[in-house]
Amino acid sequence: MVATQERTLTAWQDQVRSRVQIAGSGPPLVFFHGAFGLRWDPFLDALAERFTVYAPEHPGTTPGEPDAVRPLENLWDLVLYYYELFDQLGLRAPAVVGHSFGGMVAAEVAATAPERVSRLVLIAPIGLWRDDVPVKNWMTMLPTDLAKVAFAEPDGPLAQQMLAPPADPEAAVDAQIQMTWALACTGKFVWPIPDKGLKKRLHRISAPTLLIWGRQDGLVSPMYAQEFAARIPNARVELIDGAAHLPHLEQMATVARLIRDFLAG
Amino acid sequence: MKVSMFHLMPHRELPADFERRYHSVWVDPPFWELADPERVGQYYNWTLDELIYAAKAGLDGICVNEHHQNAYGFMPSPNLMGAVLARATNGMDVAIVQMGSTLPTTIPPIRVAEEYAMLDCISGGRLVAGMPLGTSMDANLCYGIPPMEQRERYYEAHDLILKAWTAREIFAWNGKYFQLPMVNIWPRPIQQPHPPVWVPGVGSLSTWEFSAKHNHCYCFLSYWGNKLGKEVMDGYWEFVHREGHDPNPYRAGFLQLVAVSETDARAEQEYYPHIRYFYDKCLHIAPEFFSAPGHQDYRSLVKSLKSGATRAILEVTAKLPEWRFKDFVENQLVIAGSPASVRDQLTEAIQKLRVGNLMVLLHIGSMPHELTLKNIDLFAHEVLPHVRDIWDDQWQNHWWPQRLRAKRALAGAAG
Repeated sequence: MVATQERTLTAWQDQVRSRVQIAGSGPPLVFFHGAFGLRWDPFLDALAERFTVYAPEHPGTTPGEPDAVRPLENLWDLVLYYYELFDQLGLRAPAVVGHSFGGMVAAEVAATAPERVSRLVLIAPIGLWRDDVPVKNWMTMLPTDLAKVAFAEPDGPLAQQMLAPPADPEAAVDAQIQMTWALACTGKFVWPIPDKGLKKRLHRISAPTLLIWGRQDGLVSPMYAQEFAARIPNARVELIDGAAHLPHLEQMATVARLIRDFLAG
Repeated sequence: MKVSMFHLMPHRELPADFERRYHSVWVDPPFWELADPERVGQYYNWTLDELIYAAKAGLDGICVNEHHQNAYGFMPSPNLMGAVLARATNGMDVAIVQMGSTLPTTIPPIRVAEEYAMLDCISGGRLVAGMPLGTSMDANLCYGIPPMEQRERYYEAHDLILKAWTAREIFAWNGKYFQLPMVNIWPRPIQQPHPPVWVPGVGSLSTWEFSAKHNHCYCFLSYWGNKLGKEVMDGYWEFVHREGHDPNPYRAGFLQLVAVSETDARAEQEYYPHIRYFYDKCLHIAPEFFSAPGHQDYRSLVKSLKSGATRAILEVTAKLPEWRFKDFVENQLVIAGSPASVRDQLTEAIQKLRVGNLMVLLHIGSMPHELTLKNIDLFAHEVLPHVRDIWDDQWQNHWWPQRLRAKRALAGAAG
């Protein structure tokens, strides 16, 4: 595992304090995490081998700052907040990678000010809605049901590692608080249906875009890959075998290679 | 002491294997498999008849509430029920306790101010204005309010409603969630400056603080007995003290299941199946629906996950399937038995919890209409007279409609 450094930044007229985890060297890459919060994982390690990875914690999910999400009242505020964060980090037009909820954030950031994103990678992003394949509501699912739709191997070691609570009861309660609050802070921007008008904005994206989707994704169907690709001017889709909603962890080597090649190209 | 009958208006005839066959009593139970509109019409009418019967029998108030998409208690519009009750009880000294319109889901919230003012006018100033936050099932899952916004919306709605009732001048409301150019509601309530406000809660720290800060009556609605109730009420009294208020027991309300029969043995025989039905079926709520992330703010989330209260509830619920009638009674989840048993236990609970506004659930689960009337009769005649005087030598109920504050005369035979 590479060494990460942490920077706590204050933006939005000093009202939002949030931490950014930074590691690696090379061109800048911003990673937006999913609804369950940021966990530095081997996938980010793999990206850090070639890039300087900046992984901001969604406002409210930084320990000790649970109310940092309050001043950001809606999605528009959140997107503008991220440009302020880019400015503070000295990033003019980084590559941006986002997963799930973070994929939607990445797409919004790339659509609102297209010049701020050089290349875009969306891993199983939410943000669109089809009545015939509704996105499952991850905020009201039991861990066992979530495992069935989010992992190609619901009983495999990765699912166990990500969903099993810590053995120590106190640590388990802390983990539950942290997870619940991450879901709350991200859910604020998408509840009850994760369609906040992105479909009207995707055409504005100018960054070359790579869409990555697990073929077995039961949370956000891979049918959405084409919905995104059809609306983003310069997009390519890669469907990943043996993966569901976390292809970057379920098939890490394949996905990391695809992303590195795409960003180098 | 003021004692009101609370009614949930549950489905009374769920199948025996309901909790095994269906995922949840709330949010996703299939209506057409489980219910029939003609029969539901009968439930509504029984409910109204039972509450009116309780009013005639001498109860101080009658309560309804709001819930959605469920078989546990389905009065999506409590004010429709309240309107019938207000009209039917005109001339009686009984309060119309609306527990009530859910603030964050009534849009715009001046709708609550208007409807409550209507009820106050129709009833001749007998309204108690309940201001619930709403459950996560109702507000987030059924009505789509983002969980994290729910409490903010509640605070804004509360401030707007009170201003709409009390402002003499027309005003503009430029809120975070609501913008109204010229607020000037018609009608205004009879009770001035406004009807008493009750805030129902389930033990959230933020709700204690809110109720104490605004000098409202906090009502703990729980089905888990007064041992747990004690912990919650003590937490509330701390905030009352911190705000510099007196420890007037009428600042507090409590909901209790009560079942009275001629003897303890008969109470078991008559009521146990309905108590069982209530806990097994009416409370069969899918755990993942219970609190969508963000429904509790961070402080309350931490407190509820770390406090003994949550563990205590989980421990009780884990044991429920094994419980017999005597366990429900010994743990006082239900206060049930002969009039003497109920009297003693209820008096003890009232004093222990320091509550002046008691709500009694006299219809429980599958209880049929006739048995409900019997429960109301026995409670009104054999129990109520013995608890009525508690607190009144010392304290005034400022959280009760002004014109009903005198002790209610005991009614003769109801009917």
